[in-house]
Amino acid sequence: MDHPTLTHADDADPRDRGGTAQPLLIARDLRKHFQVKGGPATLFGAGRAAVRAVDGVSFTLFKGETLGIVGESGCGKSTLARLLLHLIVPDAGELIFDGDTVAAPDGITVRALRQQVQMVFQDSYSSLNPRMPVQDSVAFGPYVQGRSQAEARDIARDILVKVGLNPALFGPRYPHELSGGQKQRVNIARALAINPRMVILDEAVSALDKSIEAQVLNLLRQLKRSFNLTYVFISHDLNVVQYISDRVLVMYLGHVVELGPVDAIFDRPLHPYTTALLGSRPSMDPAHRIDEPPLTGDPPSPINPPSGCRFRTRCLHAEPICAATVPVLGAWLDRESHVAACHIQTPGSGHSQAAAQGSA
Amino acid sequence: MSLTSAAASNWEADALPATKVRSYWQSVGYRLRHDPVTLVFGAIVLAIILTAVFAPWIAPMDPYKDSVIGRLKPFGWRGHILGTDELGRDMLSRLIHGGRISLMMGLVPVLVATIVGGTLGIIAGFGGRAVNTAIMRTMDVFYAFPSVLLAVAISGAMGGGIANGMIALSLVFTPAICRVAETATAQVRNLDFIEAARASGAGTFTIIRHHVLGNVLGPVFIYSSSLVSVSILLASGLSFLGLGVKPPEPDWGLMLSTLRQSIYVNPLICAVPGIAIFITSICFNLVSDGIRAAMDVRM
Amino acid sequence: MLAYIIRRILYAIPIAFGVSVVCFSLVYLAPGDPLQTILPADATAETIEIVKKEYGFDKPIPVQFALWVTRVVQGDFGVSISSRRPVIDEVMGSLSNTLVLTGFAIPFAFMIGFTMGAIAGCYPGRAIDRFVTGVAVMGVSLPNYWLGIVLVIVFAVEWMVLPATGMGPSGSASFSIFRLDDLRYLVLPVITLSMIPIGILSRTTRAAVAEIRGQDFIITLRAKGLSEFAIIRHVVKNAMPGVLAVMGLQFGYLMGGSILIETVFTWPGSGFLLSKSIINRDIPVLQGSILLLAMVFVATNLLVDLLQSAIDPRIRRA
Repeated sequence: MDHPTLTHADDADPRDRGGTAQPLLIARDLRKHFQVKGGPATLFGAGRAAVRAVDGVSFTLFKGETLGIVGESGCGKSTLARLLLHLIVPDAGELIFDGDTVAAPDGITVRALRQQVQMVFQDSYSSLNPRMPVQDSVAFGPYVQGRSQAEARDIARDILVKVGLNPALFGPRYPHELSGGQKQRVNIARALAINPRMVILDEAVSALDKSIEAQVLNLLRQLKRSFNLTYVFISHDLNVVQYISDRVLVMYLGHVVELGPVDAIFDRPLHPYTTALLGSRPSMDPAHRIDEPPLTGDPPSPINPPSGCRFRTRCLHAEPICAATVPVLGAWLDRESHVAACHIQTPGSGHSQAAAQGSA
Repeated sequence: MSLTSAAASNWEADALPATKVRSYWQSVGYRLRHDPVTLVFGAIVLAIILTAVFAPWIAPMDPYKDSVIGRLKPFGWRGHILGTDELGRDMLSRLIHGGRISLMMGLVPVLVATIVGGTLGIIAGFGGRAVNTAIMRTMDVFYAFPSVLLAVAISGAMGGGIANGMIALSLVFTPAICRVAETATAQVRNLDFIEAARASGAGTFTIIRHHVLGNVLGPVFIYSSSLVSVSILLASGLSFLGLGVKPPEPDWGLMLSTLRQSIYVNPLICAVPGIAIFITSICFNLVSDGIRAAMDVRM
Repeated sequence: MLAYIIRRILYAIPIAFGVSVVCFSLVYLAPGDPLQTILPADATAETIEIVKKEYGFDKPIPVQFALWVTRVVQGDFGVSISSRRPVIDEVMGSLSNTLVLTGFAIPFAFMIGFTMGAIAGCYPGRAIDRFVTGVAVMGVSLPNYWLGIVLVIVFAVEWMVLPATGMGPSGSASFSIFRLDDLRYLVLPVITLSMIPIGILSRTTRAAVAEIRGQDFIITLRAKGLSEFAIIRHVVKNAMPGVLAVMGLQFGYLMGGSILIETVFTWPGSGFLLSKSIINRDIPVLQGSILLLAMVFVATNLLVDLLQSAIDPRIRRA
């Protein structure tokens, strides 16, 4: 029997406010700095060292799409994921969910946001309470959202079926009795039990074996179709992101460096960092061996990032203008646009390879 | 619905062989049932407790009835199985009745300290830096006293007596339990499933009730059960020093103290109350070890 | 390294402050008027007035605390109600007697406990291990003062080879560790006092030895052909710091917690003084002893932590 309130692709979601034209989520200039040990917290670390994890991130998320977010370790993607759910409170910037500003007096409360947005965590050993049977972990969400224990349990069982786990067999089990793929399906079930419209997947398949990873990715695609979901898919694995995303956002050291449709990003990358990332993927073709790594060195520390463009210390095309001015991303409000935060792409920026002012 | 059957048939291969799934508590019970040492000593502990509870019905004679001629008589004299004490009272009956006070002074402080210390520890683990510092540093101050000294100091200053003794012992044990609870809470607090619970929309109290308590009560309970034997020893020590009940009430520590003057007359009798303390303490110790072994399983 | 030392010492200061607050409030825990608890029953009205002014009993509590701390720091702990002597003299005198006991008990406990624990750790699971563990459990489950009584019964009453109580045939004033006659008085109290530390030290050593033996570098040494004896030396060397630290803590614990044993053996140490002060309701002595003993404990812990960080570099980084 179908669950009464989980929506399916054909039905219009009664919670939809602006139709397909309105973006589901607009993130505007999000900022989060973490104070390095010691000292009272000051907003932007005036003089005191701070890890500038997310430093002015803006993007749009459209209904029904999958936005992939890629970047290396330390670029701030996990912090960004938590900012989107207000699990970490942003220092600055705003989030607009389907037209309502989050945590604003006239907008949508965080609690209400969490009824429509959920997150699937990486399968670390601690993503599920080791002392709870799996079906209780899944039922916890609906229970907290106001359902009775019996209803919540029914929802949990129903959802477990939909992610491919037999609830009679797997429901009473404990996390340590499940395999990695099964645990991840439980994580997905837990997120879907609340009936969200948007799901943030933070490295959701990174810890799985390749064959299991493929199964889970296909499951995610099926679920997205059936329940009319919107995904934010965070990963460091470029191939996975390419497979599942409609649009891709590339992050580096707390900044968005490139944003655009998946084919455009992967076939015609604009930002030198993206080019280097893509170039560093090993190829299956022995004729295309890589002799030198396209990206050398470690990313600089997010406590004291380079001035201007943060990538300039590893960029082959760096010029003095790159140290002087921070490059701007450009039009990020539009579905089809492919933009990069790079002086080369900005006409009239002063970079030798940039187009002249006024040209396309 | 097509998705249901498709999904289910895709993952038939995932079905694990039909094994009996045991919940955590069932597995704890299983391990305990198959641990003969713990079972035996657990039975002894139960017997000791029951004897103390039903003392008036079990004790053969009146523990307060003294006798001028029958002082410090050996085992078996005129029906006194364990002889008589320095005032001619029946040792066995005094031991049985003494168990009530000794056990009470041993168990109640641990119970109080568990509740108070456990609550403080969870608050400290979940509250912010300020709350944590305030609570834990206060506990550190009490931790800076050796337990015997602190117990004697507080109960001595307050003038002795059972109530003051129990208060003093509760104060001695609270910091240690608070630390255990705080460590366990702090460990759990940073785990992913707590974040997931918050993402589901749960408030702090709900999270504590459903997710934290289950993971914290275990270590706290294990630690508290190991404190019982220490508490019994400390409590009897306080009584020995005169800080427990006042005579003529029977209490094992007090009996050891009053009988001490008579060791030249009948040494064996004088050692008897200590044997009671020893047996009780070691039984609780072994049982708590068994409980720890059963509960402390790496999942 | 220096940063750690400073940090650790700084940390001890609020603890010492807290301890003094607790000791200060002991007077107020006592039932009755605090003024009467610190003065003998026959004090004249004059004395009462003087004390009242000096101690500031008519002033608010924080002021009284400040006055008390000032006096304490100068060594004025008040006057004993029973003996009329300054508390500081009584306490310091008795402290040295306790030091004699502890000074013998700790090395004795270490030798026995470490040996037993090391042997048990080398043969985990075997009979010797079970035996040692059993002895250790007994050590911490026995009421140690009862063991003292039993030892007195056996050795002093029945067999009459050792004295039952006291510190030397002519008392503590003329006690000397170089005289055999006086040393006989040490035997039973030291054995009794070391019972709990033996239990704790053997358990700690056993755990440390067993853990180290299981580590990879021992397997490497064995593969290199080192004799078993040489390997034991390596294991012992690695186990030492942790066990020594526990021993240091036990020293502090014994200094503060010797009251029961000293009462049993009538050994005129600080614990015995404390016990007498309870019977006599001599609050100034009670307060003074507690304060001093607690401070000794805090100081010992501090010293042990600092020494341990000097030996074990891993601690410093924490």
